[in-house]
Amino acid sequence: MTLAIVGNVIIEGVLTGLVYGLMALGLSVIFGVVRVVNFAHGEFAVVAMYAAYLLFVTLGLDPILSLLPIAAAFFLIGYALQTVLINRFVGRSEHEQFILLVGLAIVIVNGLLMIFGPDARPANLPYSFDSYAIGPLFVDKARVYAAAGALVVASGLFGFFRYSATGTAIRACADNLTGAAVVGLNIKRLYAFTFGLGLACVGAAGALMVPIADASPLLSQAFTLLAFTIVIVGGLGSMAGALIGGVVIGVSEALASLFWAPSMKSMVSFALLVAVLVFRPQGLMGRRL
Amino acid sequence: MPPRGRVILSIVLALLLAAPMLLDRYLISIFVLIFFFAYVGQAWNLMMGFAGQLSLGHALYTGLGGYVAAMLWFYFGIGPWLGVFAAVAVAAAFGAAVGWLGFRFGIEGVYFALLTIAFAEFTRIAFDNMPFTGGAGGLFLSYDAQRSHEWWNLRGGPLLFYYLGLALAATATVLIAWLARSRIGYQWLAVREDQQAAMALGINAFRVKMIAVIISAGMTAVGGVLLAFYYNNLFPAQAFDINRSIEIILAPIIGGLGTIFGPVVGAFILTPLGEVLIALTGSLGLNAPGAKAVFYGLTLMVIISLRPNGVWPWLKQLLGLAEIER
Amino acid sequence: MTSILAVEGVTKRFRGVLAVDSVTFEVPQGAIFAVIGPNGAGKTTLFNTIAGVFAPNAGSILFSGERIDGLPPNEVCSRGLARTFQIVRPFPALSVEDNVIVGALLHRHDVGSARARAQELLRQLDLFEKRRQLAATLTLPDRKRLEVARALATEPRLLLLDEVMAGLRPTETDRLVAMLRDINRDSGLTILLIEHVMRAVMALASRVLVLDHGTAIAEGAPEAIVRDPAVVRSYLGDSAQEIGAR
Repeated sequence: MTLAIVGNVIIEGVLTGLVYGLMALGLSVIFGVVRVVNFAHGEFAVVAMYAAYLLFVTLGLDPILSLLPIAAAFFLIGYALQTVLINRFVGRSEHEQFILLVGLAIVIVNGLLMIFGPDARPANLPYSFDSYAIGPLFVDKARVYAAAGALVVASGLFGFFRYSATGTAIRACADNLTGAAVVGLNIKRLYAFTFGLGLACVGAAGALMVPIADASPLLSQAFTLLAFTIVIVGGLGSMAGALIGGVVIGVSEALASLFWAPSMKSMVSFALLVAVLVFRPQGLMGRRL
Repeated sequence: MPPRGRVILSIVLALLLAAPMLLDRYLISIFVLIFFFAYVGQAWNLMMGFAGQLSLGHALYTGLGGYVAAMLWFYFGIGPWLGVFAAVAVAAAFGAAVGWLGFRFGIEGVYFALLTIAFAEFTRIAFDNMPFTGGAGGLFLSYDAQRSHEWWNLRGGPLLFYYLGLALAATATVLIAWLARSRIGYQWLAVREDQQAAMALGINAFRVKMIAVIISAGMTAVGGVLLAFYYNNLFPAQAFDINRSIEIILAPIIGGLGTIFGPVVGAFILTPLGEVLIALTGSLGLNAPGAKAVFYGLTLMVIISLRPNGVWPWLKQLLGLAEIER
Repeated sequence: MTSILAVEGVTKRFRGVLAVDSVTFEVPQGAIFAVIGPNGAGKTTLFNTIAGVFAPNAGSILFSGERIDGLPPNEVCSRGLARTFQIVRPFPALSVEDNVIVGALLHRHDVGSARARAQELLRQLDLFEKRRQLAATLTLPDRKRLEVARALATEPRLLLLDEVMAGLRPTETDRLVAMLRDINRDSGLTILLIEHVMRAVMALASRVLVLDHGTAIAEGAPEAIVRDPAVVRSYLGDSAQEIGAR
């Protein structure tokens, strides 16, 4: 167990964590604004993975690039889903939302199972096995590209929320819904937009996952739980929190995998989740409620 | 209960008692599952429907219940008739831990639900990695044909589990009915509706919620014991799985949360639904794995959209039994 | 005069904002005592501190000689101090009767006896006919009376009413005032109320405390308060002129 090995694992954790963070960012946006418990979050990520995989094997499109059309498509899907289905459940009790989205998750995951079967689908990219050598450390190129992609998308989203009119309006909804309605903001439309953005993040994250992991329906639940854990640990309402939370979880899972066993990596995440809920419910970066 | 309700209930009970004489092994096994989900559904209904605390990790208690009783049998030959007490105690202790953490630190709603998920998942992974529980490979209970008369050790055929399941489901329903009209039942409802207002009326919300989670956890554990000795095997990936937690809550929500017969109705709808869908999708030629589940998921979405309060309240109206509860 | 409630130097701060600043007063047993003041004066914070929602940063609160500051709301209520909320909080999915039963169950452990007491109170507050209705379906005046009935069911010796007249039309205000006066006279229940509706304050209170920006600026009989220049200046304005002129 050399320092180099630990170093590699940590870097791997950081890079993977950034992609997880992007996925969690989507959830943070949805949960933080529309206040819907999106328990189908991981399932959407896996759909995106398959979409990127398909685009790769049919058109040879690199997943890092296909995140653009996939994110765009997911935006439209999210907008439509919120308008047609989810809007009626906004403000309803959590268990009702949960059942709706669990039902949706079951439909999605089993639909994928029907179409693709349970076997994992790897994407054999030209750079899949290449790595950068930085001193004694070896960093997967695939992970670097994916993480870079995640940062780019996250920055884009951050810029949108900070500087655009719609972004500001959405933040207003999250902050004070009654106030937002009173000043004439179209809540329904903004919610739909937000859900679209959230799913676009998930779509992008899913595409970026493909260089790192093999597409499989069995990943979806783990992704959902991961997303929720990251959002809580990082802090709801903070975009940087989602990314930082992703990195924290990514690194802790990687180290747990190294020092104990791969099957135990999630234990640390769940322990962290409990600790945050109990001692620091606003998460690392969230605002004190 | 209005006379019409009494009559219907008596007829249903009589049918259920007599049914095994007419049903084959397969159908009896379906009923065992129906009774199991009705029973644990009532246990969950107590905590959520009455006390308003959303647990999405109830598999923790079925898992612990099953494993404790199974390990006592496996390692020490202690039969489940005794082991169940240990199972209930352990599950209740875990429930108390979850409750204490959640209620003491003001963790509510979705966050509390995530807390319960974290506990269940953490335990699942722990059991996966603990050799003395059988680890990921599972724990297998021996089935000795010579001991198949020992009903107190839950050694016996589907018939034993049928009547045991029926007894448990019926007892749980009576318990819920009694609790609903009791002092603590009212206090649970008050806390569920508005905790601050409840406290302003002298209710110790922390204590009342702890009682709910402890009873719920203990009750659920008994179901876990039943399941463990019915299937004679336990795997952490199944026993503590979030999918089991989801299965547990489907019947009470679809049937009708906070009602007395909701979980029972829900179990009678959902458990056979799975089987019916398998037959249907097969006959439609959709034999791919996952086809049945797609329709199952769609059904859940449709029911919760159309009947968010559950099927039972609607059914009650239809049958003219509106005043049947409180 | 025995005081059932003695508030001494109570201060409550929220992250730098001084909501209640060293307030001291005593409520005589059996009296109806009103706390008035402009919006933001700290009245509800004072109430919440007395009721146990907050612990004071300084000072003490004695209820029948016993310290209650720092106790949680359910303990305060079980000792005989009940309160209503400024924005009414009925249990929406429960019936009117069940709402009051919850209150009665504090001291009556048998549901049957609690129901009997609940029905008694509902009759007194003119809600008996609607007892089976869901609380969520009630009109505002009915909800206000339900809130009072529910609080009374806990068998308090002191009742805190937080702007219970708000949003009521004059006839409804008079009706509730009469009910409260009757309850106070017949059972000796001490009432401490926050009110903006001067009509109710003048009709009910034997003693008034005026708060402004967290400090007590005047205390005394209603007629005297109404004429106090400091009070008029801070709050009463036209209403006082009108009442004072009669």
